[in-house]
Amino acid sequence: MKIAIPSEDRELDSLVADTFGRADYFYVWQEETAEGSWLDNSGIAMQGGAGIKAAQLLIDAGVEVLLAPQCGENAAQVLNQAKIKLYQTQYATVEENLSAFLAGKLTMEITPHASRH
Amino acid sequence: MKIAVLSGKGGTGKTMVAVNLAAVAQEVVYLDCDVEEPNGRLFLEPEATEEQTVKVTIPQIKADLCIGCRKCVDFCRFNALALIEEKAVLFPDVCHPCGGCELLCPVGAVSQQEKIVGYVEKGIIANGKIYTGVLKLGEESGVPIIRELIAKSKQEEVKLTIIDCPPGSACVVMESIQDADYCLLVAEATTFGQHNLAMVYELSKLFGKPCGVVLNKCFTEENPSEEFCLEHNIPILERLTYDEEIGRINGKGGILAKEKAIYAQRFRQLLARIEKEVSCL
Amino acid sequence: MKQLLILSGKGGTGKTTIASSFIRLAQAEAYADCDVDAPNLHLVTTRTDEGKRTDYHGLAKAVIDQGKCQQCGQCAEHCVFQAIQKKEKGYQVDNYLCEGCAVCTLVCLTEAVSMREMVAGQMVLYEQKPVFSTAQLKMGHGNSGMLVTQVKKAMKKAGREAEVAVIDGSPGTGCPVIASLSGVDMVLIVTEPSLAGMSDLQRIIQTAEIFKPQIAVCINRYDTGLEQTAEIEGFCELYGLPMVGKIPFDARAIAAVNQGKTLIEVEESPASQAIQEVYRKTMELLLHAGKEPEQRENFAEKWLLW
Repeated sequence: MKIAIPSEDRELDSLVADTFGRADYFYVWQEETAEGSWLDNSGIAMQGGAGIKAAQLLIDAGVEVLLAPQCGENAAQVLNQAKIKLYQTQYATVEENLSAFLAGKLTMEITPHASRH
Repeated sequence: MKIAVLSGKGGTGKTMVAVNLAAVAQEVVYLDCDVEEPNGRLFLEPEATEEQTVKVTIPQIKADLCIGCRKCVDFCRFNALALIEEKAVLFPDVCHPCGGCELLCPVGAVSQQEKIVGYVEKGIIANGKIYTGVLKLGEESGVPIIRELIAKSKQEEVKLTIIDCPPGSACVVMESIQDADYCLLVAEATTFGQHNLAMVYELSKLFGKPCGVVLNKCFTEENPSEEFCLEHNIPILERLTYDEEIGRINGKGGILAKEKAIYAQRFRQLLARIEKEVSCL
Repeated sequence: MKQLLILSGKGGTGKTTIASSFIRLAQAEAYADCDVDAPNLHLVTTRTDEGKRTDYHGLAKAVIDQGKCQQCGQCAEHCVFQAIQKKEKGYQVDNYLCEGCAVCTLVCLTEAVSMREMVAGQMVLYEQKPVFSTAQLKMGHGNSGMLVTQVKKAMKKAGREAEVAVIDGSPGTGCPVIASLSGVDMVLIVTEPSLAGMSDLQRIIQTAEIFKPQIAVCINRYDTGLEQTAEIEGFCELYGLPMVGKIPFDARAIAAVNQGKTLIEVEESPASQAIQEVYRKTMELLLHAGKEPEQRENFAEKWLLW
């Protein structure tokens, strides 16, 4: 299972990015092989639809679970249709949230907010 | 004559000036282009209102025809499309209908559908008509509604049109002033007011529109906005001092020119002054 | 970092004046101006350091290479935004009308059209403590949500150690406001007693609630409309929104702002005293807002004993 977390920087102790769509990076953890990698989302100079674009990036990377503070309706629709599960982060950094999720402690699903870009 | 009333930010008294000018005119068409916060009608209290929806055409994707080639998804600059389980899916609220996906689709899976983005309300007031544009909550661009308002005003044969513009200097404001003969800039007598005045002044210059200023809420000796006008040779057409009564009448939706004879006279003079400025061009 | 966002819905309610007073009172180590269409906060926060300026690029717009253009007119015909017109020097793109859809690049037979990034604004970051992040969007570059996100990101990065950040939001309820709301712990809404203020208050609350932050309301110039003030208070009570204070109208406040001062620097001003009360109540709420309860104690010690 691949797990993705939006991040402000390319470090495990980076803060989780506030906005899913406009996060600079995604940390992707491949559970089976215990390998982590970074997806670059920082080139998003566009103004609208960032959430949809970021969701597409995760679909293309074969992600199955997303841990994020929140998520817009449009992005949530893309993720849901692609059967990617969304859980709410509870801690500040990428690493803390990933460990919590793997320990079965992140169980709250995200209620999406209206996405007005 | 078409007068656009503008301000660099909200809360300067733009709508107050606009409704008072409308109130003292013999005959007027009032266009409320401040589609996110259309407040002119709260003051002018139109009767016999009729609503007409404003629609835009957006694409529609027939999932059964879509072959999942991804051409449209990759092309869309607004990221309004996603490829989910080998089918393109459209997100109408992000779409700026440009026709790109329809052009690119190799199998004709893209057709057109209509989407309502807001409405135009027409109403009768004592000395004319008011057209109010209302943007649906959550819709991004008021431009199609403003275009509809301008189109409506062109059908009216009336000597005076007052355009209540959205605050700021974004594209919706540009759309609103395109057709105007004169830009009336409303500015507060503060440092912020001056900064915001500079922005709308730039905008009217960019469009080559003649302009003048109403200084509102003056009550200190210092007036940064006035200094700006003097420096740039912009005519100051009226100075309204801050007074509690103005605030009170305006705050409860009253029109100064209707409640106080002195203001009726001042706004008539303001209107005459603008007419003179325009006729001198 | 606890983030406090100050919003108003309607413009001109005194949002920036209150934000600047809060920055001073809290001695905030980080602050930002998210009103990128009409930034004003820099006018009342005198800085001695130089801000670092970076260009902000918006959506790319079409550019026609006149050397390659064969004058076929396909681009103009297909442009639904009517941004391409034939002029004396050939087909020209109007940058204000162009929305950057790139359809013209698709239909051009000679590859004469390309998309080029335009400078849509400028970001300014003051990195010395207290960190200050601000930006100005260029005229006619519409949608500013992305720039707001960048301004906040820059503040958070440079002011990572700050415990309290004060953010001056943008007016309205659209995209930039949504962008300024994401990730904040608390929202203070500054309203005024008028019909328009009232209707905008309701819209802004609806918008803010999407993100579930702690919300509080204060009324500026409350004495200019006592009836509406009572109405707003009733409304807040009905919806369980804490009312953190009423600030009276004070002409000296405006005089102070004109001289580049914050309101709290005016001595013996009723407005200034009221703002300090609003500040105290807001900080108390901010203390309990947010997701990290373990930090509360530490926070309380530092920020409530002033």
